Amino acid sequence: MTPALDVRRLAFSYPDGTPALVGVDLTIERGERVALLGPNGAGKTTFVLHLNAIYPAQHGEVLVGGLPATKEHLKEIRRRVGIVFQDPDDQLFMPSVRDDVAFGPANLGIEGDHLERRVMTALDAVGMSAHADRPPHHLSFGQRRRVAVATVLAMEPEILVLDEPSSNLDPAGRRELADILRSLDITMLMVTHDLPYALELCPRALIMNEGRIVADGATGDLLADEELMEANRLELPFGFYPALASERPTA
Amino acid sequence: MSGAHAHALYYHGHSRIHALPAECKIAAQLLFVFVVVATPREAVWAFGLYGAIVAALAVAADLPFGFVVRRLAIEIPFVAFALLLPFLSSGERTDVLGISVSREGLWGAWNILAKGTLGVAASVIVASTTTMPELLRGFERLRMPAIFTSIASFMIRYLDVIADEMRRMRVARLSRGHDPRWIWQARAVAASAGALFIRSYERGERVYLAMQARGYEGRMPSVGGVAATRAAWLAALTVPVVALVVCLVAWGTLR
Repeated sequence: MTPALDVRRLAFSYPDGTPALVGVDLTIERGERVALLGPNGAGKTTFVLHLNAIYPAQHGEVLVGGLPATKEHLKEIRRRVGIVFQDPDDQLFMPSVRDDVAFGPANLGIEGDHLERRVMTALDAVGMSAHADRPPHHLSFGQRRRVAVATVLAMEPEILVLDEPSSNLDPAGRRELADILRSLDITMLMVTHDLPYALELCPRALIMNEGRIVADGATGDLLADEELMEANRLELPFGFYPALASERPTA
Repeated sequence: MSGAHAHALYYHGHSRIHALPAECKIAAQLLFVFVVVATPREAVWAFGLYGAIVAALAVAADLPFGFVVRRLAIEIPFVAFALLLPFLSSGERTDVLGISVSREGLWGAWNILAKGTLGVAASVIVASTTTMPELLRGFERLRMPAIFTSIASFMIRYLDVIADEMRRMRVARLSRGHDPRWIWQARAVAASAGALFIRSYERGERVYLAMQARGYEGRMPSVGGVAATRAAWLAALTVPVVALVVCLVAWGTLR
C-alpha cells in the first residue's frame, strides 16, 4: 500500500540563499499520528508548506498518497493535505462559521446539499455545529481553533497537518481538542513545541533541526533520550517525566 | 443585544421582514428611496404617507420605537446644515415666530429633512433586520462584482481583529508609562500605527496562504444559496410600488 506521505531528499533555500531544508527524508503510513518536534527556526513551517505545494520542491520530491506535490496536481494535493494554521484568525476569514467551512469544499467544486452535508459533518466532528451561523470573531479562541480544524476536515483530506494545535489554548480547551483529534480516523502530522501533547497524541515522533530529520522513533523513547533532547534544544516541562506519563490519560 | 449576531445595527427577531431574502430588501429600499427623492417637496401629504409606510414596516419588523429613533441620529450632521438653510438663503422672506426667514430656504430645509429622514429610516429597517453575512449574500445575488463583496467581507471580518490588536498595543504602551498629552508625544502613537499597518499586511499574507491551502485559485466560490422566490420579490416590491403610486398622484395634483 502506498504510504500517506513520502518525502525524499527534499531541499529548499530561500531566495537570499539561506538554506531552510537540506535533504528531508520521511515516510508516514496511513492512519499514523506523528509529531514533528524541533526548535524554532528548524525549518518545520517551511517543511509543512511543501506538503501542499505552496512551496514547490526545489530538490527532491513530496508524494502524497503516491501523487507528487507539484503545480500539475495542485487542486488534488490541496484536497489531500489539510493544513490547520497556528492562528485561527488567519484561517477563518468569512463572515460566518458555515461560510468558512464551506470555502474549501466549494473551491473543490462541491455545491448544494452535498456541500451543506460536508459542512455539517465537519462541524459535528469538532462539536461546533450549534455555532454554524455565528461570525468567527464572536467565538472563544478554543472554539475558533476547532472551527479551523473543521474548515480543513470539510475537504476530506487524507492527511491532517496541524501547526502548533495546542498553542494559546487553556488547559480545558487543550484537552477538548486532544479528544477531538483522537476521535478522528485520519493520518495526522502535528508540528508542536508541546511535548506532553505530542506524547499524549502521537505514538511516533520526528525531530527536525537545521533543515533535516535528526531522529525518528517512538515519542516516549525520543523524549526520554536526554542527550538527543539537549542537542536539539528540546526541553521537557518542569515535573514532566515521559517514563511516568501513561500513553493515554484515563478519561 | 444578542451576542450571536454580527453587527451592532442588527436587531435580532423573527418577523416576516427578517425572513425576507436580503437582495429583495436591498432592491426595495433602493427603489423606495429613489421614489421618495423624486417626489415634489410641496406635496407634504405624500411625505406623511411615506412616513406611515416606514412606520408600518418598523412595526411589522418588531423594531422598538426607541431603537429606530436612536439609529436615526446618524443624520444629525446633515440636519444641522438643513436647519441653517432658511436663514442663509436669499429670495422672498416670510415670518416664522416673528423671525424673518427665506421662503425658498424653508422649503429647502424641509426637502432635506423629510427625504433624508425617510431614506435613513428605510436603511435602518433593512440593516436592523438583515445580518451582515446575509447582506453580503444579497449584494452577491444582485450581481454586485465579487471583488466588492470580498473586500467588504474581509473588512467586516478583520475590523474586530485589528481593533483588538490596536487596543492591546495601546494598553501595552500605557503600561510602560506612556501618557500622551502633548503633540510631541504623538510619536509613539504614530509608530504604533505603523507597526499595526505592517502587522495587518503580514496577516493579509498569512490569510492568503491559508486560503491557498484550501484550494483558493483567485475566485471566491459562490456559497450564495438559493435565489429569492417570486413571492418574496412581490412582497418586498410592494413597498416601492405603493410609494410610486403616491409619488405619481403627488405630481398629478400639483399640475
